[in-house]
Amino acid sequence: MRLSASQSWLEDAPDWILNGPGWLNDIGYDIYKSFLFDDRYQMYIKGLGNTLLLTFLALLIGVALGVVISLVRVSWDKNHTEMHGVGKYVLGFFNVVFKIYLTVIRGTPMVVQLMIMYFVIFASSRNKIMVGALSFGINSGAYVAEIIRGGIMSIDQGQMEAGRSLGFGYVSTMRYIILPQAFKAVLPTLANEFIVLLKETAVAGYVGLADVTYAGNIIGGNCYDYLFPLLMSALIYLVLVMFFTFLVGRLERRLRNSER
Amino acid sequence: MSGEYIIQARELQKHYKGGGIKALDGVSASIGKGEVVVVIGPSGSGKSTFLRCLNLLEVPTAGRILFEGVDITDKKADINLHRQKMGMVFQHFNLFPHMTILKNMTLAPMKLLHKTQADAEERALALLQRVGLADRAGAYPSQLSGGQKQRIAIVRALCMDPEVMLFDEPTSALDPEMVGEVLEVMKELAKDGMTMVVVTHEMGFAREVADRVIFMAEGLIVEEGKPEEIFSAPRQARTREFLAKVL
Repeated sequence: MRLSASQSWLEDAPDWILNGPGWLNDIGYDIYKSFLFDDRYQMYIKGLGNTLLLTFLALLIGVALGVVISLVRVSWDKNHTEMHGVGKYVLGFFNVVFKIYLTVIRGTPMVVQLMIMYFVIFASSRNKIMVGALSFGINSGAYVAEIIRGGIMSIDQGQMEAGRSLGFGYVSTMRYIILPQAFKAVLPTLANEFIVLLKETAVAGYVGLADVTYAGNIIGGNCYDYLFPLLMSALIYLVLVMFFTFLVGRLERRLRNSER
Repeated sequence: MSGEYIIQARELQKHYKGGGIKALDGVSASIGKGEVVVVIGPSGSGKSTFLRCLNLLEVPTAGRILFEGVDITDKKADINLHRQKMGMVFQHFNLFPHMTILKNMTLAPMKLLHKTQADAEERALALLQRVGLADRAGAYPSQLSGGQKQRIAIVRALCMDPEVMLFDEPTSALDPEMVGEVLEVMKELAKDGMTMVVVTHEMGFAREVADRVIFMAEGLIVEEGKPEEIFSAPRQARTREFLAKVL
């Protein structure tokens, strides 16, 4: 029994902890103070909600950005020698902007980007989820763009020619023929990017966003003992990742078995 | 004159690597309505490049192409509109693998000609019937043999009711036993009066079906004429040399 003056809350501990056998006593005591006392488990539930919300929002932003950027990059690479007029300058301008974006985002740490967004660019906003989703989304967009670009490039050139020879323009061919195939090809990779993103959001605590990691950190600090609080955080991520990996695996099998 | 010709190519040049390679070095040819023109020649002779220039899949470095009297090499021409009337069949079929056969065939008529789904499907099924593949309408391209794929590719192009059909080595990627079924479809098409430009290595097909044979080598038209002239009494040494190797 590890009683000390500073742990006066123990007096609220239930009987089964105070009166059980020694070994159960220790673990029970640790579990009690980490998760039950003061309803601390609720921090994990809130943190889990925030982590998932942040990841989903960031994924939406990331995929939207990624599609636009990859399309501009691919269109420029394939067509700029044959283009003329205003369209060429507009596309060329965005191509350069996106190239810089890709270089900067992929060349700097996520945490630094997040802190710049929260403490500098959106210094007046206290909406941590919004700023966080935007930061992670903008970061993820850079990687998603390259994934989708790879998918588009992997589609045989003959598909574009077949579409064009029927009378479809470049954009319609992309929309009806190339992109559906490219998406199908990169879906498993995109799903893996989602899993990576989920774990990357663990740094959201740097701007005080109460996610799963943040919960473990705060509770650990409150009980002067990080073992169980942080293990719980890790366990939550592990279960999430295993669950989503399982889903990705099923998705991959479905795609492999479908006609193609 | 241009009324009788569907396609007139004038002095087509296609250079790669800043003029280092001349795939086409001044090719002029006219395709008459209902005519079947077969283009033959050794690999690297520019015959595929010539064909691909006709619907601007390859943009010629110089020269002009008139399609139904309109200069489609003009920057102001809407090439997408003209391509609707120029069907093309590729060596590697290029069916859309993520769509069923029926969807492959109805996509362009519905989106570009604004046909209703019922109209487009009716036309597609009629064409499938003609090539004996009506029972495969719901299949995906990966479930078909090479010969079946190419027959689908032909009728997919026909769904747009084109004025001319361009064939780019349509049997070169096929197993030998499947060549016949594809050539059969092309022969019937020719019999129905379709204007066709065919790049091929099938000399039998050229001899039997062509109204005119064009022999190309090194980016130039070396000789052209009726198939019996080209195959029985070629005038040019280069033609004789080529035919001696392939016949």
